[in-house]
Amino acid sequence: MQIASSWKRSAALLAAALLLPLLVACGGAAPAAEPTKAAEPTAAAAEPTKAPEPTAAPAEPTATAEAAAPASDPKSLKILYWQAPTVLNPHVSSGTKDFDAATVILEPLAHYNEKDELVAYLAEEIPTIENGGVAKDGTSVTWKLKKGVKWSDGTDFTADDVIFTWKYASDPKTAATTSSNYTIIKDITAVDANTVKITWAAPTPNPYGSFVSFSGMILQKKQFENCIGEKALTDAACQAANLNPIGTNAYMLKEFKPGDTVTYVKSPTYRNADKTAFDTVEIKGGGDATTAGNAVCQTAEADYAWNLQVPKAALEPILAGGKCQPIAGGSFGVERIVINFSNPDAALGKKRSEPSQPHPFLTNPKVRQAINMAIDRKAIVENLYGPTGVADCNILVVPESVNSKNTTCERDIEGAKKLMDEAGFPEKDGARADKDGKPLALYFQTSINTLRQGEQAIIKSNLKELGIAVSLKAVDAGVFFSGDVGIDDTLNKMYVDMQMYTNGPDGTDSAAYLEGWTCAKMNSAENKWNGGNDGRYCNKDYDALFAKYKAEFDTAKRTALAIELNDFLIKDNAVIPLVNRRTPNAIINGLVGPTYNTFDSGLWNIDSWHK
Amino acid sequence: MAANPADTTANDIAELANKKPRTLWGDAWRRFKRHRLAMFGSIVMIVITVGVLIGPYVWTVSREDLDFTAIMSQPVAAHPFGTDDLGRDQFARALYGGRISLSVGFAAMVIAVSIGTLIGAISGYLGGYVDEVLTFITNLFLSLPTLPLLLLTVYLFRNEVTAKLGLEFGMFVIVVVMVGVLAWMQTARIVRAQFITLKQKEFVEAAICLGVKRSDIMFRHILPNAMSPIIVAATLEIGNAILSESTLSFLGIGFPPDTPTWGRLVTDGSQFLQTTAHLALIPAALIFITVLSINFMGDGLRDALDPRSRL
Amino acid sequence: MTQYIIRKILVAFPTLLIISVLIFAVLALAPGDPLAQFALNPAIPASTRNRIREQFGLDKPWYVRYYKWSTSMVQGEWGYSFSSKSPVINIVMQRIPQTLQVVGISYLIAILIAIPIGVISAVKQYTFFDQIATFLSFIGGSLPSFFTGLSFMLIFAIHFHWFPIVYSTTLKITDFVTLKQAINQMVLPVLVLVVQQTASLTRFMRSSMLDNLPLDYVRTARAKGLNDWTVITRHVVVNSIIPVITLVALGIPGIFAGAIITENLFRVNGLGQLLVTSIQNSDTPVVMALSFIFSILVVIFNMIADIMYGIFDPRVKYN
Repeated sequence: MQIASSWKRSAALLAAALLLPLLVACGGAAPAAEPTKAAEPTAAAAEPTKAPEPTAAPAEPTATAEAAAPASDPKSLKILYWQAPTVLNPHVSSGTKDFDAATVILEPLAHYNEKDELVAYLAEEIPTIENGGVAKDGTSVTWKLKKGVKWSDGTDFTADDVIFTWKYASDPKTAATTSSNYTIIKDITAVDANTVKITWAAPTPNPYGSFVSFSGMILQKKQFENCIGEKALTDAACQAANLNPIGTNAYMLKEFKPGDTVTYVKSPTYRNADKTAFDTVEIKGGGDATTAGNAVCQTAEADYAWNLQVPKAALEPILAGGKCQPIAGGSFGVERIVINFSNPDAALGKKRSEPSQPHPFLTNPKVRQAINMAIDRKAIVENLYGPTGVADCNILVVPESVNSKNTTCERDIEGAKKLMDEAGFPEKDGARADKDGKPLALYFQTSINTLRQGEQAIIKSNLKELGIAVSLKAVDAGVFFSGDVGIDDTLNKMYVDMQMYTNGPDGTDSAAYLEGWTCAKMNSAENKWNGGNDGRYCNKDYDALFAKYKAEFDTAKRTALAIELNDFLIKDNAVIPLVNRRTPNAIINGLVGPTYNTFDSGLWNIDSWHK
Repeated sequence: MAANPADTTANDIAELANKKPRTLWGDAWRRFKRHRLAMFGSIVMIVITVGVLIGPYVWTVSREDLDFTAIMSQPVAAHPFGTDDLGRDQFARALYGGRISLSVGFAAMVIAVSIGTLIGAISGYLGGYVDEVLTFITNLFLSLPTLPLLLLTVYLFRNEVTAKLGLEFGMFVIVVVMVGVLAWMQTARIVRAQFITLKQKEFVEAAICLGVKRSDIMFRHILPNAMSPIIVAATLEIGNAILSESTLSFLGIGFPPDTPTWGRLVTDGSQFLQTTAHLALIPAALIFITVLSINFMGDGLRDALDPRSRL
Repeated sequence: MTQYIIRKILVAFPTLLIISVLIFAVLALAPGDPLAQFALNPAIPASTRNRIREQFGLDKPWYVRYYKWSTSMVQGEWGYSFSSKSPVINIVMQRIPQTLQVVGISYLIAILIAIPIGVISAVKQYTFFDQIATFLSFIGGSLPSFFTGLSFMLIFAIHFHWFPIVYSTTLKITDFVTLKQAINQMVLPVLVLVVQQTASLTRFMRSSMLDNLPLDYVRTARAKGLNDWTVITRHVVVNSIIPVITLVALGIPGIFAGAIITENLFRVNGLGQLLVTSIQNSDTPVVMALSFIFSILVVIFNMIADIMYGIFDPRVKYN
């Protein structure tokens, strides 16, 4: 009873005490909100004057003052990523978000710019054959490092740090995700404190395979010295270092909340510290692309939104917000249809899609060309991609220098029909059949993605017009791209006639990419479907041309050969390119500096961004 | 009435004799009819259910056909719910999605109520150690973090299951089973409590004396008497399951993107909230109205089937 | 009483043990590749993937891993996250304040709104107020939170610019301006949660009141000549609130589980958001730790609810 009565009293008290502030809060909030509503018309009135840049700038603060976040501050930069960075050591990271977040702190010897040219960062200059930095026989490269560069803890950046980064990333036990860029190195020697000589394990025509772009960022030896091998991930000090690397770039870390926000501040030891524009930089992760776009283009809460991968119909109204500009360019890869040259018929059992089983009709070049001519790329781009893609006839589009100008891919359905007739597949009642009367039918698979299902539907109707029946299949992306040998629906096994996905070279050197159409790389049970040539395309002439390309060390000749290889594949319709995809980023009006970038981080030049 | 009993009694008796005898379900129905919100909910549910069942036969526009000449259409006669960014008819998609959403709700409810009833009945009727173990299991499941575990299991097992059963049906099976398996505990508790009370009643003792089999006593004699709270729980479970499915779809862990469940339609439509808000608002409203109607029905049933309110 | 409490505590341990085995087994036996996110990155060769697998001990059978995991978990070693390569405990700790702030505040507000409305609704049963309140609580309970969230964002953030879209987690409250910002950015997510939670609490409070109102002790109190206010506040509310308090206690673990949808929508870096991204990234150690923390909390608060019931409700037997 005692307990009960005291309980009664305290409950009543609690209720009263808690209700009071609530009422106050409610009463207080309403009038505070009023004026912002009144301010609305002025923001709208400012809209027309927004077109010329300078007058728009003064209007900006009134608009953003309404939103609670102080994004208009010229001394701070707010960046939105819909994936949140989780680690800041790029060599153990797993995605663009992490590489980009690390780029703000760390630097490679050189970054790629939007024209796919190298720009020296920690290097004094880009080594070339002309300046003697690159050995003519492709066995080594010598980099001169910038002098007077300091880490943000005040110590000097030297050749030792470069050598250390190689040792760190190439140690198999470190399990660095960038290891493929460093295991190609046989040895690095410090010629002097500011010069390193890299000797390759095998002669290579590409002297810039290591220490450039996002995978080439250099770690401080002092900080990571004890982190080589397993300790990279298991040692507490190394774990802490992975979340707080010391860098040489214009900004240094202030606070990192993995999976959420990275906050940077100006680094006082940066070589051009007086030119650093922002006191603070913030990368906020999470949410979704649509609202990230809204936050830059409409409410001006943030200055930069990364990779607005949203359908055209959603992207256009966001950009219409008027407070931002989209930057898109470079290439995210080429969306293509891979044609299966082997027979995926399930009746073949284990021989299904093996290189030894030729496809009944896709091996006929006229049929492939007809399919290519029947596809309406324009419809795909205009209706689905909008600003995020351009119709494309080449399979190799980047770097810009190797993008062939010799190819065309206009839609010509009548010509395509004629080709099918010539190939021996006459039309009857809108459908075509082979000489045995078996109707032409294809299975066409891709990953699940609204955009891709749209493309599938367009291509299906295109081919129906041509007289080929298409059955569509959509596979979960996690399965489709997994490479899991236990599953039949992977792109590697390709148990269908055609499949669609995006791919592209992972660096300015296209050798590994172009090798994916050579006979040796054909996927089969023997190589666990892991060769890389999922279409099982095999042509001796292509192989010969590729061998020639691989042996060529002269840059200009290599470029010409790369174009020739691309043209070869396109003329033979070995693969059908559809769209050159772009990643649009949104930048707020008045922010200067961001460029698009194909082979490097979108934040590669963040040291020079300013408002 | 009490004022002049002698006059009225005779009339009353005559009147009663002409009336049909009152039954439990008859009474319940009369009370249910008086619950206006519940009646409203029932009518809406009937309309929606009949709509999604026969709708696709009446509204023959394909849910898959793209029409780039009519993208992002406002609701018009040709497209009552408008079209999406690929020009697909949203009405056809919503009808099809409704079938999935409703059948997910219904199937998950059947699973949850079956498990719950079985466990509750055994636990309540047998008592002793069996009861303790089953109560422990029930509490254990109540301790599991439901939504996280739902997310997790669906995410982990979907590839395996969809590879075997097909994308759409496999997803249906896994969503339904997981939602059901994580939602039976309330039913089990209710049934257990009912069984504990009912097993001491005379009719059960009579049945035992007559030598009726134990399973028959449980499921033929006691269970029908415990039906009303089970029905209420079942009704509410349908609504919960529909919400769970739409949450999964919204987080992108549910049905494949080209399967237009209502939750999926909201997710896809939410990208266009600024320009064509109806793309998200209509399917969201459908979810909302369905769940609301079901909850009204549940409330009405609770009142109608409550023995205390039987006068 | 003491015996009753000890009994409750003793039952909690096997529960936790079984839950942890269950969750671990589900994770370990699931067919998905825990390193799927690395598989999607073509730049990482298979050999590196295998090495990462070894480093995380993923090549061992699941019961060996369970033993290792559970023994280190007890010692406070929660393992480290696959994606951020840092201790899980740090990541989780970083998230707790945000979750407590946003979800906790909304829960508090919901309780403060729901209890008076539930009481009035029950006392004035079938009046206009009751019907409106009941109707609204039904609506609140049937609204999917992604729908309310998106609508609020569209109306109040994008259209009216009253509140920000993006929740800043680095904001430190130092003066009145930052305080206002902090409140501003919390309004929308809190509102979404309040709508949801108030609905169910109101209905529960109302029905609990309705259970008590016709009871004899209420009649006795009125017969004593107490006025309505006293009868309701001193007698009925106090008795009706016991089951509600239990419900509130049982709902507290839900606060920690975060509001998965709301946190994702508004970029609040709470535990719910962490869980979803970890599931999507197949970050098993984080998922494991979070699931387990949620389970511990549920078990503890179940226990507290039981014990509170024992204290406040003399009808509970302690056998």
